[in-house]
Amino acid sequence: MRTDQLIQAIAADGPIPGRSLAARMALALLLGGAAAAVLFALMLGVRGDLAQVALTWRFALKVIIATAAFIAALWAIARLSRPEARMRDVAAVLSAPLLLLAGCVVLELLTVRPDHWMTGAIGSNSRICLVSIPLLAAAPLAALLTAVRVGAPASPAAAGAVAGLAAGALGAALYATHCIDDSPLFVALWYTPAIALVILAGALAGRLVLRW
Amino acid sequence: VTDRELHLATLMRAANRGDAGAYRQLLEAVAPVLRGLARQGLSRYGISAEDIEDVVQETLLAVHLKRTTWDEQRPLLPWLRAIVQNKLVDSVRRRGHRLMVPIEDVSDVLAAEDTTGHLNGFDAERMLGRLAGRQRDIVQAISIEGASARQVADRLGMTEGAVRVMLHRALKRLAGAFRSPRP
Repeated sequence: MRTDQLIQAIAADGPIPGRSLAARMALALLLGGAAAAVLFALMLGVRGDLAQVALTWRFALKVIIATAAFIAALWAIARLSRPEARMRDVAAVLSAPLLLLAGCVVLELLTVRPDHWMTGAIGSNSRICLVSIPLLAAAPLAALLTAVRVGAPASPAAAGAVAGLAAGALGAALYATHCIDDSPLFVALWYTPAIALVILAGALAGRLVLRW
Repeated sequence: VTDRELHLATLMRAANRGDAGAYRQLLEAVAPVLRGLARQGLSRYGISAEDIEDVVQETLLAVHLKRTTWDEQRPLLPWLRAIVQNKLVDSVRRRGHRLMVPIEDVSDVLAAEDTTGHLNGFDAERMLGRLAGRQRDIVQAISIEGASARQVADRLGMTEGAVRVMLHRALKRLAGAFRSPRP
């Protein structure tokens, strides 16, 4: 087909943009988040002593770190959905929550006696943590990937990975209100690999569904 | 940023507000720019010139289908260049070449503009062959016979809106056909 003929067809289709990426992401988070919340309520539920622990620094920080990772990832998805954006443009923002977690780990190691480190790190819930976070993240990940299909990421795998981070962090924030292990050592040792699994799933799925 | 680039961005913004005339002008003005970019890219990758027009057409479809990913506050050329680069990389991968050199940023893209007119990409029959039924009739009537959506609607006894919906799906399908050229 001649290029000028193709232009005829494209011009006739006309400039009628659909729903914007931001609107699609908001809808995806609403639907995916609702599904995750229902699953959370059925499967786990919030811990009994939430009112007492809500303002302790360990509990607050694990929720804050997960929320920070969630927000950073959403921002990064919006950036990476544009073809000219590169991973290095978003690397600093994405690493901020990780640095915050590292700071908390150092603080914990400095303030807690070494013979209590293992108790905090191993906790009582590690297996449930590793399974729950990816399960809670599944619906938000699927919804986010669907939303990002309107984008044009230079690297579909990277965009999918960041969608995985957003979904994993959302799952982690929910799970954090159930889990009674509040030590930053536990968060670093178990939340991180649980979220990494979701990131991996997002990257693999992104390669398939975010190509354009 | 040159006057020319500002002009293209102005057309694109007008198109986003629903100005169909500006959109057509933009596509016609952008095609030679894309051709120049594709030519530079292909010579860097060492691929034959026959593939250039395929890359140009694939990029035009991507510009159309992904136009919401251009941020109106940002310059237009880096966005176009990124799309061409993406399509070049795909094209190279499909042909089984290994990527050795990334495309460097080209300082003066507009100078490399290639205004060779009326070039063929994939054979029209083969392209239209990827479409079926009414989608094919509509694309053929509009692109090759030069009919308007209104005329096609009257001819096929459809509403103009329905013709546009089908045309949009057909273009998405064509973009997919470029990604896997052999059915």
